Amino acid sequence: MQLVTVGLSCVGVLLGAAVLAVGIARRAGASTIVYGASLVASAIVLAAALAHFVGLSSPTTLTLPLGLPWLGAHFRLDALAALFLAVVNLGGVSASLYALGYGAHEPFPGRVLPFFPAFLAGMNLVVLADDAFTFLLCWEFMSLASWALVMAHHRIEENVRAAYIYLVMASFGTLTLLLAFGLLAGPDGAYGFAAIRESAQTPFVNTLALMLVLIGAGSKAGLVPLHVWLPLAHPAAPSHVSALMSGVMTKVAVYAFVRVAFDLLDGSGWWQSIVVLFIGGGTSVLGVLYALMQHDLKRLLAYHTVENIGIIFIGLGLALAFQANGMRAAAALALTAALFHVLNHSLFKSLLFFGAGAVLTSTGQRDMELLGGLIRRMPYTSFTFLVGCVAISALPPLNGFASEWLTFQAILQSPELPQWGLKFMVPAVGGLLALSAALAAACFVKAFGITFLGRPRSSAAETAGEVDRFSLTAMFGLASLCLLAGILPGFVIDALAPVTVSMVGERMPAQADIAWLSIVPIAEARSSYNGLLVFVFVAFSASFAALVVHRFASRALRRAPAWDCGFPDSSTRTQYTAGSFAQPIRRVFGTLVFRAREQVELPPPGDPRPARLHVELRDLVWEAFYLPIAGVVSATATRLNHFQFLTIRRYLGLVFLTLVTLLLVIAIWL
Amino acid sequence: MALVLLAAPLLTGFVRKIKARLQRRRGPSVIQPYRDLYRLLRKEVVLAENASWLFRVTPYLIFAVTWVAASLVPTFASGLMFSWTADLIAIIALLGSARFFLALAGLDVGTSFGGIGSSREVMIASIAEPAMLLIVFTLALVAGSTQLSYVAEFMASPEAGLRVSVGLALIALVMVGIAENGRIPVDNPATHLELTMVHEAMVLEYSGRHLAMIELAASMKLLLYLSLLACLFAPWGLATPSMGPAAFAVGLTSYLGKLAAGGTLLALFEIIVAKMRVFRVPEFLGAALMLGLLGTLLLFLSRSL
Repeated sequence: MQLVTVGLSCVGVLLGAAVLAVGIARRAGASTIVYGASLVASAIVLAAALAHFVGLSSPTTLTLPLGLPWLGAHFRLDALAALFLAVVNLGGVSASLYALGYGAHEPFPGRVLPFFPAFLAGMNLVVLADDAFTFLLCWEFMSLASWALVMAHHRIEENVRAAYIYLVMASFGTLTLLLAFGLLAGPDGAYGFAAIRESAQTPFVNTLALMLVLIGAGSKAGLVPLHVWLPLAHPAAPSHVSALMSGVMTKVAVYAFVRVAFDLLDGSGWWQSIVVLFIGGGTSVLGVLYALMQHDLKRLLAYHTVENIGIIFIGLGLALAFQANGMRAAAALALTAALFHVLNHSLFKSLLFFGAGAVLTSTGQRDMELLGGLIRRMPYTSFTFLVGCVAISALPPLNGFASEWLTFQAILQSPELPQWGLKFMVPAVGGLLALSAALAAACFVKAFGITFLGRPRSSAAETAGEVDRFSLTAMFGLASLCLLAGILPGFVIDALAPVTVSMVGERMPAQADIAWLSIVPIAEARSSYNGLLVFVFVAFSASFAALVVHRFASRALRRAPAWDCGFPDSSTRTQYTAGSFAQPIRRVFGTLVFRAREQVELPPPGDPRPARLHVELRDLVWEAFYLPIAGVVSATATRLNHFQFLTIRRYLGLVFLTLVTLLLVIAIWL
Repeated sequence: MALVLLAAPLLTGFVRKIKARLQRRRGPSVIQPYRDLYRLLRKEVVLAENASWLFRVTPYLIFAVTWVAASLVPTFASGLMFSWTADLIAIIALLGSARFFLALAGLDVGTSFGGIGSSREVMIASIAEPAMLLIVFTLALVAGSTQLSYVAEFMASPEAGLRVSVGLALIALVMVGIAENGRIPVDNPATHLELTMVHEAMVLEYSGRHLAMIELAASMKLLLYLSLLACLFAPWGLATPSMGPAAFAVGLTSYLGKLAAGGTLLALFEIIVAKMRVFRVPEFLGAALMLGLLGTLLLFLSRSL
């Protein structure tokens, strides 16, 4: 059986599970059945995608008699699709496994169970689709299924608002994608991807289509300024769905961009890459600054997705720039870096959302200001969360560093670019990338430190307990994958080679044969990195030091109250909070980016009222882009409202007038 | 590896001695840091009641990470064993890992002092780290490599010459080095219990062997930055693996000379300037960031600048 058939049959199983779930949602054990089925189906598709990588790697296609009558629904599994299929289903497997435990706490299973497998099926279908019609249909299906999941807890008012904004933005994104594919298909309506690939587009159509896809895919991925829905919608869903939306669905959007920009279009000009680089760099820094200002754990993670999408788009922009100048080896390096980061981000972002979900289950809190001290109550969860934090902060020897290191290496290739615009843009983007990496580390010191360390800030945090085994298995699995991808990046890079060959016509040098499993992007004299040895050295030195100190010096230990410079305060409110931790960074960056203002309200001496500190942050993106649009829409609606209360004569007059106008138009047109 | 471990406390003692002499004090002996470490190692650890496992693991982790990073910087000879394990970017990131865990340890016990230290440390790092990476970009573009051994050899060769961008990188690296090691004017390593403190506030709850590990790591970090400055901007006498033992002896002597010169300059600088307010530090480091960016931009415009 062909691999694509395997994939589609499993999607069929997922859809069947969704339908079944509608019927059995209220019964006991329904969640086990549905999540179990999702787990098995995703695991099979994952195996199929991996099988495509290890040798059975000729593209396989399948046409089903669905969709447009003269076209049918085309599906195809090639290297790029297999990569993203693997990312989607790795997320699917871990989320289903996690949900086997987490889903039992769901108060309204009927609102989650049918949509979860449907959402997974939608993402799989988008990646497999091989014609524009099927692609858009599945894209919309994926959006609607995830919208339903955002609405799962619809009694909470802010979830309704989040879902509404999400729906509007998703429709807008699909609209731009529709226009882009319409342009690409041309007047003959050649919607098949194969036909689009063969047809030659004019540079104008090329540019317009690329920009439309950047907007359409970018709105789903969360590029600034199209990100506004993301930090509202991702946290609103149940945590395993948040993990899928943040870790996986944003990657499907990246897939759409890569598919169109590198596969369907026949090369683009260099200045388009400037746009992508500019947006990517801005997104990465703004995303992490927004994240630093949050004290809701899940919202912080969602804003971090925005940052990582920015990093991925920096890599893609570099690849476009190199490709436009015929520097294929450098383009392969940049594209590999971006795709590696896609994989890495899906791993650690799912892991972190699982951790946030575990905290939510056992304390009922998402607000970091009410957490603290969980490392003693939830040792396993906190350990895996720590691994995720180190990975996402791009610290060696975990996987986040490996892909960011590759991106830096790609940036160092860029002085050879001939265009002045790029010569100025790329170093600036390199600076932004370095800034966002440093700020990400600050942000995750805050996220882990305030949530898991310190003393508990509420009774809920004090009485928290460890979560169930399924959730822990999923988290430990992802954490070990983060470590593996970090210390053996060479294998991942080699696995990505067929993808870069099919996209930019070149691959990075083979890494598996290099001594000690180092990675060497160009030549050893230029740069090399060995995650495995770094890991071994650090582990060895640390245990050696501990051993020597304990053996030859002292091992005595005494527990005593915290010293705190001689003035310990038993109140847990004297600790640093999320807000106070971020205060220095807010003062340095926030005054510019958020127009942050602090006001101290100090009562006069003798007045027993407490002093208060007010912090005002403004979301300039929201104010500059969205409020004007909302204002125009509402003003137009108010004007048009007038038409709702006319007499029957006037309505008839209007109908007549419209008819005459239309006839006139036709008369002039012909 | 052993050299950096053994020489690091000596450098710290040397800087302290010079500083004391400049202030017309006699100052402790240069081997005082060794005595301090020995005493700390033999003392019992007094651990806060609610300290977690992370708090106890962190000192060893920081020590190991800093040691590995310091061993990857060429001291008196280039072409170190395993120098290809990590390039300059990875060394910076390793130091970032050490700081990440130290900042977490500052938050672990849940005291206000630990929080203040961690919060300020990450603020300083959020500007110092990109500045450092831009300096690395500048050097990598000049030398065509991010591998420290190759960069050092290139700098020693006549090809390097005098360049504006390298000059900018030197100034920026000195500024970043001062901030990263918590020296005056960014932080004061000699005080406790001052509202401006950063590094000392994070390690306030540490005692005994844990504190010894952290102190040793801090000394090694200072040595690392001085070695980095020496091998990048003053690579005279740096031996290459093919040379004989005589060259190694020359390299070692000149390395010790460079460390002494660097330490003296550091002490002199610390005597002259006053400590800054905390919120002046971002401006100081912002200047380093801009210098790094300027250096990189110059190289993008012309490879010969």
